[in-house]
Amino acid sequence: MVEEIVITGILNGGIFALLAIGFSLVFGVARIINLAHTAFYMIAAYILYALFDLVGLPIYVAATVALIGSTLTGVVTYKTFIERVREHEVTVLLITACAAMVLQELLFIFFGGTYKGAPTFLPGFAEILGVRVPYQHLFTLVAIVVALLITSMFLYRTRLGLAIRATAQDREIANLMGMHVPRVCMITMAVSILLSSFAGVMIAPIYIMEPTMWMHPLLIVCAVVILGGLGSIKGSIVGAFVLGFAESLVVYLIPTGSFLRGAISMAVMLAVLLIRPEGLFGVAFEEERL
Amino acid sequence: MSIVGVTSRRRIRRIAKGIQGNLLAIPGRLLALIFGILLFLIPAFTSDPYILRFLIFTNIFVIFAVSWDFLCGYAGQVSLGHAAFLGISAYTAALLDTRFGLQPWATIPVGALAGVLGGALIAIPSLRLRGPYFALATLAFPVILTGLIWVFPDVTGGEMGISGLHRLSHSGLTDYYIVLVMTAACVVVMWKLTDARSRMIRTGVILHAIREDEIAARAIGINTVRFKFLAFFVSGFFAGIAGGLYAHTLRVVGPSTLDLFISIQPVIWTVFGGMVTMYGPAVGVYTLYPLMEVLRFVPEYRVLIFAFLAIIILTFMPEGIAVWIRDKIEEECPRCKLANGAWRRYCRACGAPLRLEHAPSSGNSSVVGDTK
Repeated sequence: MVEEIVITGILNGGIFALLAIGFSLVFGVARIINLAHTAFYMIAAYILYALFDLVGLPIYVAATVALIGSTLTGVVTYKTFIERVREHEVTVLLITACAAMVLQELLFIFFGGTYKGAPTFLPGFAEILGVRVPYQHLFTLVAIVVALLITSMFLYRTRLGLAIRATAQDREIANLMGMHVPRVCMITMAVSILLSSFAGVMIAPIYIMEPTMWMHPLLIVCAVVILGGLGSIKGSIVGAFVLGFAESLVVYLIPTGSFLRGAISMAVMLAVLLIRPEGLFGVAFEEERL
Repeated sequence: MSIVGVTSRRRIRRIAKGIQGNLLAIPGRLLALIFGILLFLIPAFTSDPYILRFLIFTNIFVIFAVSWDFLCGYAGQVSLGHAAFLGISAYTAALLDTRFGLQPWATIPVGALAGVLGGALIAIPSLRLRGPYFALATLAFPVILTGLIWVFPDVTGGEMGISGLHRLSHSGLTDYYIVLVMTAACVVVMWKLTDARSRMIRTGVILHAIREDEIAARAIGINTVRFKFLAFFVSGFFAGIAGGLYAHTLRVVGPSTLDLFISIQPVIWTVFGGMVTMYGPAVGVYTLYPLMEVLRFVPEYRVLIFAFLAIIILTFMPEGIAVWIRDKIEEECPRCKLANGAWRRYCRACGAPLRLEHAPSSGNSSVVGDTK
């Protein structure tokens, strides 16, 4: 029991962290709340399923194509619809929500509403502390850690990462310093969707796939991002693991817990907000504390 | 323009002029008036229960969407959890009805008060969070309520919900007029509360001030916290009325009233029609809700077409379709800010030219006016 809770908690936390970092990045740099963020995670999972199960490509090829395809879909959506209304905050919310709905309906039309599962990357089990842990779970964990490391290397060790962080800090000054802000925004969007797609490819074999699978993670990601403080990568990671563990505790310890998994994350988020409005690691600007 | 020392006769004449000037001379309001009269007359042309029921739901959603616009457009608190208000009051009405046998005239007001209570709950984080942070936090409330419904299935009926509520009245026709009058009353009350030019009710101009610059509003002595709470109460109240009417019209209340889609819908309607206008949400509902109904003929593509259309229109008219139309048929006077019909060349009140002869485009008239 305890081991299951720990493993599920770490796994959930890792997935949420991958999703939340991208979400937070796009918000910080482009000031876009991308409600379609987790829809791209869904698209990636479905492309993987389609290419492997229906076309019959080898799994790693299918995964790569899924990553690229989903990222391209995201960038095209951004370029055609989101970028030109970026100034209208609520319109952006709406367009991204509608985009998620369009993607969901397309999946309904092409794949139907039935539950789908993708094959595992690595079959087999390992014995850890007397618990049988599928290799797939371990593989996912390692992959998530690697992805998180690469992302932080990218953000903190490259010039492009510097540009992204500078734009997030002050868009106008970044522009004056010679950064092409629209392009930085687009690259951030691409990176964010790539991370989201990576999470999607990783969970495809573990979770059940259906066309409404984007809603639950979206709610959790919003909670994680607020919990950790918008724009803070460390905050996103910590928040993701807090909520990941909260969710696995509720699911395993309370009989009707799986109905409550969304509610508990939201309750934790609200509780934290009432004590620390800027989130765990967020920076409070004087102007924003009212 | 001072109002001190106006005699009663001049006041009467001013009201008569007000009707003419505020209602008949402005094309947008004239259209709204004609549309309202048409709605009152529709039962004379058709008694098809399907059409009446459909219009009843449309009107209920008009209240819901306008209450969203009040909170998010006028008070500037963008909420993505508006379904919480609808759900709380619908469940309250349903429980009062099925457990205590109360009639709709009692359950709907109590449901609306429950909506006010919900507004107070959501208002608490809003005092600490701003802008997008608050919008994301509001997603939480319907989810938590849905969780509570699953946990207490004995009270809430769980997945099946509560069914067997009383009808609003005995006939579809009476239902139609009850809902229509309620809608008109709710919209007029909210419009008056938000009218920034009103001299009697100050909420409109104060909410406008808070929306534009909260710190400046505080600096001139406005208790912003009190007015934010007020906005939540009012919006919760009217969304609660919509919830009660919805429950008694549908006669089944289930967890679907708390869906993410129900929360997103008022946002779609309002932004589609035009935010921070009272007519925008109404235009949005009356355009998009019938569209959804027509799309029932192609059920597989319904949501797809709907969402895609919303995206296309919002991409090219980010201010909303009603605002886009208003700008075509009305012209704001650059000097006195009075709305004029677009066919006029001079302002009907102060006589200032509405457009300069060589103005680059009619959309720039306010800029031209400022430089004079």
